[in-house]
Amino acid sequence: MTAPSTPAVSLVNFEDDAPAPHHAGKDSRPLRFITCGSVDDGKSTLIGRLLWDTKAVKEDQAAALSRDSTGKQNDLGLPDFALLLDGLQAEREQGITIDVAYRYFSTDKRAFIVADTPGHVQYTRNMATGASTADLAVLLVDARAGLLEQTRRHATIAALMGIRQFVLAVNKIDLTGYDEPGYHKIARDFRELALTLGVNNVISIPVSALKGENIVLSGKATMPWYEGPTLVEVLERATQRGGQSTGFRLSVQRVSRPGEGFRGYQGTVSGGSIKPGDSVVVLPSGVEANVKQIVTFDLIRNAAVSGDAITLVLDRPVDIARGDMIVALDQRPQTGTAFSARLVALSPDAIEPGKRYWLKAGSRRQRVTVTPTQQLDLQSGKWQPATTLPLNAIGTANLDFDEAAIFDAYETNRQTGAFILIDPDTNNTVAGGMIQGRRKSSDGLAREGAEKVTVTLPAHLLAAFRASDFARDHAGEIRISADEDE
Amino acid sequence: MTSSPQIIEHGRGRPPLDPHLKALENEAIHIFREVAAEFERPVMLYSIGKDSSVLLHLARKAFHPGKIPFPLLHVDTTWKFAEMIEFRDRIAQEYDLELHVHTNPRGRAENITPFTHGSARYTDIMKTEALRQALDAGKYDVAFGGARRDEEASRAKERIYSFRTPDHRWDPRNQRPELWNIYNGMIRPGESVRAFPLSNWTEVDIWRYIEAEEIPLVPLYYAAERAFVERDGMLMMAEDARFEPLPGETVQRDFIRFRTLGCWPLTGAIRSRASNLTEVIDELEIATVSERQGRAIDRDQSGSMEKKKREGYF
Repeated sequence: MTAPSTPAVSLVNFEDDAPAPHHAGKDSRPLRFITCGSVDDGKSTLIGRLLWDTKAVKEDQAAALSRDSTGKQNDLGLPDFALLLDGLQAEREQGITIDVAYRYFSTDKRAFIVADTPGHVQYTRNMATGASTADLAVLLVDARAGLLEQTRRHATIAALMGIRQFVLAVNKIDLTGYDEPGYHKIARDFRELALTLGVNNVISIPVSALKGENIVLSGKATMPWYEGPTLVEVLERATQRGGQSTGFRLSVQRVSRPGEGFRGYQGTVSGGSIKPGDSVVVLPSGVEANVKQIVTFDLIRNAAVSGDAITLVLDRPVDIARGDMIVALDQRPQTGTAFSARLVALSPDAIEPGKRYWLKAGSRRQRVTVTPTQQLDLQSGKWQPATTLPLNAIGTANLDFDEAAIFDAYETNRQTGAFILIDPDTNNTVAGGMIQGRRKSSDGLAREGAEKVTVTLPAHLLAAFRASDFARDHAGEIRISADEDE
Repeated sequence: MTSSPQIIEHGRGRPPLDPHLKALENEAIHIFREVAAEFERPVMLYSIGKDSSVLLHLARKAFHPGKIPFPLLHVDTTWKFAEMIEFRDRIAQEYDLELHVHTNPRGRAENITPFTHGSARYTDIMKTEALRQALDAGKYDVAFGGARRDEEASRAKERIYSFRTPDHRWDPRNQRPELWNIYNGMIRPGESVRAFPLSNWTEVDIWRYIEAEEIPLVPLYYAAERAFVERDGMLMMAEDARFEPLPGETVQRDFIRFRTLGCWPLTGAIRSRASNLTEVIDELEIATVSERQGRAIDRDQSGSMEKKKREGYF
């Protein structure tokens, strides 16, 4: 009896001439990005297309899709991508996507992690979660409809969460007869929108996710007028998240004392770099020391950079506990008991004024009293006075600590400037937060504002200036205003 | 010239990891340290397979130069491949690990087998129920697992800290949001967390990391001439004394290997000549079927992994 070689018992379908295998290493970290758009924009199809054309979907998974599918296959013989993406049975039954899902695919050049978030209900909460770790946002619009109110909302949230690279996928371009002027108008509108949000790294691409044009494969055949890259080419070239312009930062996760004579501080470098001999200061105690060794499993390293999980040995005995920060002596973070921050409310229970929460940042957890001051109206883009922040609200709040807190502004460091709030009554994570800066007095930022330098510019230059690196780096120090006489 | 010439790792007899694997390794080590520091009684689920082997390697790295500050737990269904058990015991001794092995006493007493009780009932008793027993007995408040989000659709939304109720249930609609790399480990007595340091790894990453770090594996992952039968579209290995061919089945011998390892009656082999790591990765990179394809329990019904997870399966 000879057994036929079916896909069930062999890994490789030998019918195609497979390319010569090679497994060279990837020369960059995985790029993390978020996709924003609604079901109507074809978001599931876009992600499905990325997975399908990069061969991240295997035959048995595709077979399970056709088993589950209710005959909704399209005429291109593709599986129902929404089924592939909506992983949970509850979602399939209701036909909605209710949470953040992570997808993985890779090309020869790079690996990608996509945070796939729903475009409708609770989009703020889910988008904020997905965007918190993203290097880049892909915003999706329907070429027939152009920019919508929700495009502005999605872009606003992405920018607020610190994303500085936008890709606009103008989808369903095939349904406009590949209308070039229409595409250019949408691209222009979007660039203007992005600039008002301080994002100047913007690329627009006309795509048809359904037909696979300009996603992974070129769309030249139908869009000879488009000279730019495909979506995957843009993703391959995108830079990793910036905004780590601080000096060395290490939040101590644990103290390793395996025996007499060794005392190492374990944590992940969350800013700058470090090498033996460098001078550091321990916060909040303020004790100074020099780095003696950087220990890893692979023995001794001569340097460590942001992102490295290391064990640091100092040249003298210092009292250091979990939650302390070891930082560059000459580039210290802000310490104090009063800060202001942006908040994204994640819980059905609103953020209440004067309530005490647990705040966790890095490896440090401490008590904080939260007082909301403003809420962002996502429709108008304006900040309104507020005293509570309901679910999905984006707001500003004052944070008051019992003991000294240590932060960088989120603008300068997305790790040491970020935190979560935990409700002590439920233990739930109720908000994500981004530090704006230290408050110098209990009556808020007003007084600090008086110390800012005011930059007055002609109105037409405002957006470009706000988007500049200079303006971003000095966000806490300058006040930008329009020249009224123009 | 390397991609990061400023960093020299003395004493490592291997080239540095590429930035992609290094980033995944850093993230996993960060999670290990955070969990170990935040929880009272951690335990690491050890299933002897390739993902567990990577998980164990990362745990050793995370706590170096100290020892792993928690025990390992193996839920032994008594239907594992003999080579897996040999490997487990050798590794535990070599790395000086605190290893606990638990088998469901009820299942043992009632002689629950995948052949007599069906794969669903067997898995429920010998794996899910056994795991709950062991976690309760150890009063563990957090258990590390090697699950990856790319494995199966319901895993794609799994958190890195996956919250479980006192009866070990997973409620996919009531998970805590997870932002940045800040994890919320606050729980009430009786509640627990499953922590997944390999969440963002893919199957290819696992294999490339095993190659780069020279991590030892159970030999069943490599092709060799082995005895097997074809049953329900699955290649079932026939080297255990408890194996009985069904009427009409012929025991064949050919080069086969396993892409995942579990209980031998439920884990299908693939025909392959890939007898070393390089060949396994070459084969994988042009693979057209997913690794869970060989797992009988996933095929019981659509959404079956999600059901098992809700009931407390890992």
